[in-house]
Amino acid sequence: MRFKYVINEVMVGLWRNVTMTIAMIITMAVSLTLLGASLLLYKQVDRMKDAYSQNAEVSLFFRVGDTEETKHATPEQKAAIENALASDPLVSQYWFEDKTEAYRKFSILFASTPDLVELTKSEDLPESYRVKLKDPSTVPQFEAKYEQYVNDQGGLELILDQKKLLEKVFSVLGSLQKLALIISIVQAVAALMLVINTIQIAAYSKRREVAVMKLVGASNWFIQAPFVLEAVSAGLIGAVIAYGTLVLAKIYIFDSALAPLTSVLTEVPWTNVNLMLPVLGAGAALISSITGWIALRFYIKV
Amino acid sequence: MVLAFEPRRVDFRPVIALEHVTKTYPKAQRPSLSDVSVLIDKGEFVFFIGPSGSGKSTIIKLLLREIQPTKGKIMVNGREVGGMRSWRIPHFRRSIGCVFQDFRLLPNRTAYENVAFALEVIGKTQAVARRVVPEVLELVGLGGKEHRYPQELSGGEQQRVAVARAFVNRPLILLADEPTGNLDPDTSIEIMRLLDRINRTGTTVVMVTHDSNIVNQMRRRVVEIESGKIVRDQPRGVYG
Repeated sequence: MRFKYVINEVMVGLWRNVTMTIAMIITMAVSLTLLGASLLLYKQVDRMKDAYSQNAEVSLFFRVGDTEETKHATPEQKAAIENALASDPLVSQYWFEDKTEAYRKFSILFASTPDLVELTKSEDLPESYRVKLKDPSTVPQFEAKYEQYVNDQGGLELILDQKKLLEKVFSVLGSLQKLALIISIVQAVAALMLVINTIQIAAYSKRREVAVMKLVGASNWFIQAPFVLEAVSAGLIGAVIAYGTLVLAKIYIFDSALAPLTSVLTEVPWTNVNLMLPVLGAGAALISSITGWIALRFYIKV
Repeated sequence: MVLAFEPRRVDFRPVIALEHVTKTYPKAQRPSLSDVSVLIDKGEFVFFIGPSGSGKSTIIKLLLREIQPTKGKIMVNGREVGGMRSWRIPHFRRSIGCVFQDFRLLPNRTAYENVAFALEVIGKTQAVARRVVPEVLELVGLGGKEHRYPQELSGGEQQRVAVARAFVNRPLILLADEPTGNLDPDTSIEIMRLLDRINRTGTTVVMVTHDSNIVNQMRRRVVEIESGKIVRDQPRGVYG
């Protein structure tokens, strides 16, 4: 009947101090939600990097001749570039994107602003060669080679490495991730202090029982288990709430509000979200039990 | 001759041995106990007497391993208490019963539950408690009052519950720290009769007191302590 005794003590303990218990659960839930979010973001950035580095291409844009000084790229210039690409050992694949194709992409990209699409004519958009390299790390060498064509003689307007653009996006995501991690650590410290405080209050309110238990030789784990389990169950409830918040965030933010951006952000997979339940649960249980146990070691001396 | 001698030596091994024990509390000017050596045999009834602050309660705390000696060796039931690892202490304490001046009962539990609690928290089943607790409450003279709460019992009755709780595990040693300090003389004598009965079952009883009447009536071994030193150790002594 010792098991029943311990469970009973835990329930009584959580209820006796219900405001403190709720405060502990909320703090745990907030810090675990942020921790889970930053873990998800971390995995997401990895996924995006993978997805983009597979598809990242270098674009060679031709001049459109929209100003007095620059002339429109000539067919000879285009042929020269094509020849260079065809014989380039760094290149794995390349294709030509004409004005019609560029306009089609443009109208998809700016579908939300139909006025802009209407005002833009396909002639305004540059033609380009889209190039995939055998090894994405050779982009600088590739750029150096084609630098010479970026002038009126070569007919190129600019060389655009998609990865460079993406790196800016990734650095923004990276700092968001760090921010979430820092906030979750600060919250975790607050949660730990609440755990310590709650356990000490619980131990104080049961000091007579504890004194008698020590006197008659109850083992240390038996004295401490109800207090530690109290903290652990609050931690687990917090973890479940945090998981629920992440699920809701996926359903209502990523899968509905941000759904149009899926091609840019890449999807957050359910497996990653569901992974957060055991991760956050184990984290919460581990941290609150260790904290609780240490708090008691100082409070309940043998 | 040798074979006949061996068992005798085992029998007479003291159940409690203090060897040159000194205890100085942190920040204290002088030691509470200074170079104290006492041997207590199995089944003895020993009074530690002396004025307040003489160090007699320190002995109880040392025997329970609530504190550790600054110097010297303490043996209880053949085990060195001073160097005991902390995880062994709970099990060690199950062989020692303890009674205090303030009874230390749980106010929200009945007499039965207070005694049963001591069994429950060391892992005994409720079936064991149902068999043993009424028996020991009967022994201390509380038959019929099992379901009273401490505040519904007199001081003497509360101390009987405490004695029942201390004795329910049949410990080898019973430590009593001023058990009659809060009781009137008649009730004190009843408690002393109870402790005497427990002593007759073979349990070693160590009692700290400054109740001279009781010591004079019992005529048991008296160890007198003054300023942390033993000044008298008499087999059938009286209170100074």
